[in-house]
Parts: sequence; structure tokens; C-alpha cells
Amino acid sequence: MALLEIRNLSASVTGKEILKGVDLTVSLGEVHAIMGPNGSGKSTLANVLAGRPNYEVTGGSVAYDGKDLLAMKPENRAREGVFLAFQYPVEIPGVGNAYFLKSALNAIRRYKGQPELDAMEFMDLVKDKTKLLGLDESFLGRSLNDGFSGGEKKRNEIFQMAVLEPRLAVLDETDSGLDIDALKVVANGVNSMRGPDRAIVVVTHYQRILDYIVPDVVHVLANGRIAKSGGRDLAIELEKRGYAWVEEEAAAAGR
Amino acid sequence: MRGASFVAAPDPRDPYAAEFANLERGAFASEPEWLRASRRQGLDRFLEKGFPTTKDEAWKYTNVAPIARQRFLPAAQLEGDGLSAERLQPITFSQYEGSRLVFVNGHYAPRLSILKEIPPGVRAGSLAKMLAWDPKAVERHLGRYAKPEGNPFAALNAAFLQDGAFIEVPPQTVVEQPIHVLFVSTFHPTPSVSYPRNLIVVGDEAQVTVTESYAGLDEGVYMTNAVTEAIVGPSGRLDHYKLQRESEKAFHVGTLQIHQERGSVVSDNSISFGGALVRNDLNAWFNGEGGELSLYGLYSTHGTQHVDNHTRVDHAKPACTSRELYKGILDGRSRGIFYGNVIVHQDAQKTNAMQTNKNLLLSKDALADSTPGLQILANDVKCKHGSSIGQLDEGAVFYLRSRGLDADAARALLTYAFAREIVDQVKVAAMHAVLSIQLLSRLPHMEVVREAL
Repeated sequence: MALLEIRNLSASVTGKEILKGVDLTVSLGEVHAIMGPNGSGKSTLANVLAGRPNYEVTGGSVAYDGKDLLAMKPENRAREGVFLAFQYPVEIPGVGNAYFLKSALNAIRRYKGQPELDAMEFMDLVKDKTKLLGLDESFLGRSLNDGFSGGEKKRNEIFQMAVLEPRLAVLDETDSGLDIDALKVVANGVNSMRGPDRAIVVVTHYQRILDYIVPDVVHVLANGRIAKSGGRDLAIELEKRGYAWVEEEAAAAGR
Repeated sequence: MRGASFVAAPDPRDPYAAEFANLERGAFASEPEWLRASRRQGLDRFLEKGFPTTKDEAWKYTNVAPIARQRFLPAAQLEGDGLSAERLQPITFSQYEGSRLVFVNGHYAPRLSILKEIPPGVRAGSLAKMLAWDPKAVERHLGRYAKPEGNPFAALNAAFLQDGAFIEVPPQTVVEQPIHVLFVSTFHPTPSVSYPRNLIVVGDEAQVTVTESYAGLDEGVYMTNAVTEAIVGPSGRLDHYKLQRESEKAFHVGTLQIHQERGSVVSDNSISFGGALVRNDLNAWFNGEGGELSLYGLYSTHGTQHVDNHTRVDHAKPACTSRELYKGILDGRSRGIFYGNVIVHQDAQKTNAMQTNKNLLLSKDALADSTPGLQILANDVKCKHGSSIGQLDEGAVFYLRSRGLDADAARALLTYAFAREIVDQVKVAAMHAVLSIQLLSRLPHMEVVREAL
């Protein structure tokens, strides 16, 4: 069954229409890559799915697990299992990483009617996951993303994902600004979470990350629409030929 | 004007002049001549100018008319020591270790005070007692730093001061445990005024931590007019805290005057939670090279509270460093004011001064005024200042919500985090713990933060 069904979705940001009829179906167990040139609407799509305020949906629908995702508040989307790894994670001095993540995890557990974790249980849970992302345990006591390097912030996003265990993870340009070693760590974290109960959408400008997180389906987003979809090979072709030919093809097809 | 008859508005100075005349014939009559002269000078300064108005630059955001028109019974006439230790509990630091000097309605309360682990030679106790016992020790410093000129409230304090803490640490002496000074006001049907006066003298290479608390046990109307003079000798160290938790109907006006000699290190952290109308003045003077001063402040207000913080740092000597960070969290229809002034004197080369004020508005009716300022008369200095007034960062709110926290919880967490930066500067563990809890009870939607702690 499809976990995510986006139908003819259009959205605008500060009055400017960015998404102009996106159709996309993602099923459990799949990894999709959404590629596209700058300004094509990739990040807008990711943020609309997470429910960012000021991103106005002007048409279409998004069904998540059969429910109307767009009608849900951002926090309820998270509690239902939607996770956005931010392109620019926010720095929040004064809020500790562990403290924040425990609050988030328990908010989700409460929503699901599960017992909350106490500090000890929480620490047991997160210890292994810090190792997975190559994060020193001391990082748990630091303020959320405060003074983190670009790589640390991205690793922290994937670490949060590993702890919160979403059903749908959307990675918004998680690869940008990462050196190859950091990229491998992040990809390894993501791959460890692939499985039949989860779907992952990787939004990226470059195909490099797809060498490590191998997608089942690749889509090209151009001018606010999915202009082309294909397999792994499409990403490699895009790497060689750029995006212009896809846009031209789409224009010629009247899409 | 024919046919109209006028009754002159009563002059708000009159009751103070009358009270002073009474005391001069009574309680003050037996005091040493220098003290009587100092009182007289304080009164004269006050009578000269009266209460400030919003036309005075230093008072332009704070209208003290409610103080001027209120008749206050001198707290000296109230009972002092009738308070039980249990009633004091909510305003002390629960796991508090160290010495405690308690003043109830302006009177030293020996029964509630504890002195322990005070190294030999250190004197800590009641200023009034010290005046009787060793007046010279008081005369050397009292009123020499906090001058009645310029601040009419400091002038009134000089005229009517009765008691407060006297803390003197001899050279090369370290007082390990903080000394907590607590001024408590209890309910009285007639509003009263007390004039706490503290003297903290830290010798060469000596060290001490002093926490100064002002608290109301009942929600009554009263006035606290406090002055603290802190003198820190060469290479001495003073960590000072002021915790203002007056009744939310009370008036509080306080001055902290810091005088730093060569190479001394001073920190102050001023937390204002209480009071209807509050004015905190802090003045620091570097009197020798290489001094360091850190100033932190947090004012958290709601309802119709009004809190005004004025700080002035005089870099009178070269190579001193001052860092200042004040933060305000303003809710309801409350108003918070920060007015900072760093003056780098002509010879004060190699000065390093930083001044920052940040305000968080939690409601659309709350108001913040922020006026940081630098006056630089030297040319080889590093100075900067900045200020901000704004709401919570919506990007941060969304980030937290996207992880499952609801909107109220996200806002609560961010508000708490904003305050934490100041609270975490509190190095007295018991005070830090109490402050964290009180902050949670003051700010909206803090349940989630409490659970997560």
C-alpha cells in the first residue's frame, strides 16, 4: 500500500507559486530520490510535507497512510511518523540535545498511548545511536545545534531520525556541505534505517549521495512538477548531462 | 482666576522632612557626628530636587509618581523578629549551605540568621550592630562610593538608613561558602518603607560570594529602598547576586555601587521577578588597572509589572574588561527597560567592553525599551554593544514542532532556553536550583519543561 500519495499538489511561498501540480506515490520499504535544479521546488515540497507555516498549499492533496496529511498540525505529522531532516537545522542555545530529544520522543509516545521513557531508559536507547552516527556522547549535553559544524548538524538530524524512528523520512539536501567522510557516516545512518516498515525520500541536487544511499526510484522535479521518473540510472544520466534536457523534454511534452 | 480657590498640592517631600526632624531628635541623636552629617547631607540632597520625574533623562521611562504620592510608615516602627523559620522557607535556598543574615522589615533577625564556617578575621553581620561596636570600620566606607548626588532614592537611603549587612573580608582570606543576605517584608495594613544598607568590603587578594535577596512574604504594598556599596581591593574577588522577589504590589528601588581596585574580579547577576514598580541601578567604577567585571541580568515580568535596569560602568583606568548581558522576558502588559552606559575615560587605553541587551516579548501588549550606550574618550579600546527586542524565532518553533512538541511546549522550551543563559551563570548551586524552579512557575506553559527536566 502507498504510504504517501501526493496528487496534483500546488503550493506558494510568500505569494509566489512554487509547486504547480506534483504527483508522487511512495510505498513502504522504498527509497525515492527527488532531484532537480535550484529553485525547482524540492525544498518547498519537503517543507510542505512537514507543515512549515507560511508555505501555503493552493491545491491538490496529500494522503499519508490514508489520512489527510495537510489537515494535520506539524506536531501531529511528526507523531504520526513524518520526519523532515532539515537543510538548515536551527541552532537553539539553552536547549540541550538530550533534553530536547527526550521531550520529543515522549510527546510522540504519549500520542501513541505508549509509556514515556525515563532518563535512564532514554539514555540506554540513544547510546548506540550516537555511535552509529559517530557522535561523541558529550554531544548529548550540548545545546541543540549550537555552534555545531555543518557536518555535525546534519549528523544530528539523522541521529534524531534514528531515535524517533519515523515511518516516512524526508531528507532535505542532507548531503549539502558534507565532506566525503561525513557523507558516508550520514549515508550509513540512513541505510541502517531502511526496511519494510519505512519509506525514505532523499531530496538532493547532486547524485553523489545516491552512490551511498541507493534509491529505488529517481524523480526529477522541474518548474514545480515531476518532469521525469526512472531508476538509479536516471540519476547517473543527470550527473552527466545536467538538468536542462529534462526541462526541455517536459516542455516539449507540454507538461 | 477670580472666584477659584486653590489648595496647593501637598509637597511629597514634606513627610520625609518631618520624619527626619523627629528622628534627629530621637534615634539619630546618639549617633556619631559623621553619620548624622551624612544623613543630613542625604536629606538635603533629596529636599533640593525631590522625586525625579520623567523629564529627567535617567528616569524618562519610569514614572515614580505612585511612590511620591504614597505615604509610607517607616518600617523601623514595625515588628521585626516575630517571624518563624518555617514562614521563611519558601524564600530561602532549600539546600542552602553557608551563612545567612536575615532582616525582617528592615530589622536584623538574629534568631533567623546563621553564621558558620566563617574564617577568622571575617566580619559578617548587622550594619547597625557594627555601627555600635566599631563605628570606625563603617565610617571608612559608608557613603563614600554611593553618593547621594544624582539619585534622589540613594539620597533618601543615606538619610534614613537603619540596618543591613556588613561584610568585611580581610586580605588574603577566602570565604568558601556564600553568604546569603535576605531582606523579608511582611504584610502590614499601612504601607511601610525600609532602607536596607549593605557594605561589602573585600580585602587584597580576598574572595567572597554574597547573595542579596529581597522578598515579600505577603502580597502587600510596601517600599524597599536599598543601597549596597561593594569595595573590592587589589586582586580581590567578589561574586555578587541580587535576587528581587518582592510582592507584586511592592515598590523596589535599589542601587549597587561597585568600586574595584587594581586586578580585582567582580561579577554580579541581577534577577528581577517581583515588584509592581522596580528600578535597579548598578554603577561600577574601575579604580585600578586590569580589573574585570561581568554583569548579568534577567528580568521576567507579567501583568502590569514595570522593571527598569540602569547600569553604568566607568572605565577610569586602563586595561580593564567589562562584559554585560541583560535579558528581559516580558509578558502581559508589563514593561521592561534596559539603559546601559559604558564610559571609557580619557586615559583608559586597552579597555575591553561589551554590552548586550536582549528582550523577548511574549505578548503583544508587553513593551521593552533598550538603550545600550558607550562613551569613549580613549582611542585604543575594544568596545561593542548591541540590543534586540523581538518575539520567539518562528523557525525555531517550527523545528521543535516538526519533532513532535506541540506549539505551546515549543514556545515554553524556547522561552526557558532564553532565560537559561543568565540563570546558568549562577554558580551557587542551591540558588541555581531554586531559580530554575521559580522560572518554571513564572513563565507560561512550562509543564512540558518541568516534565523533561
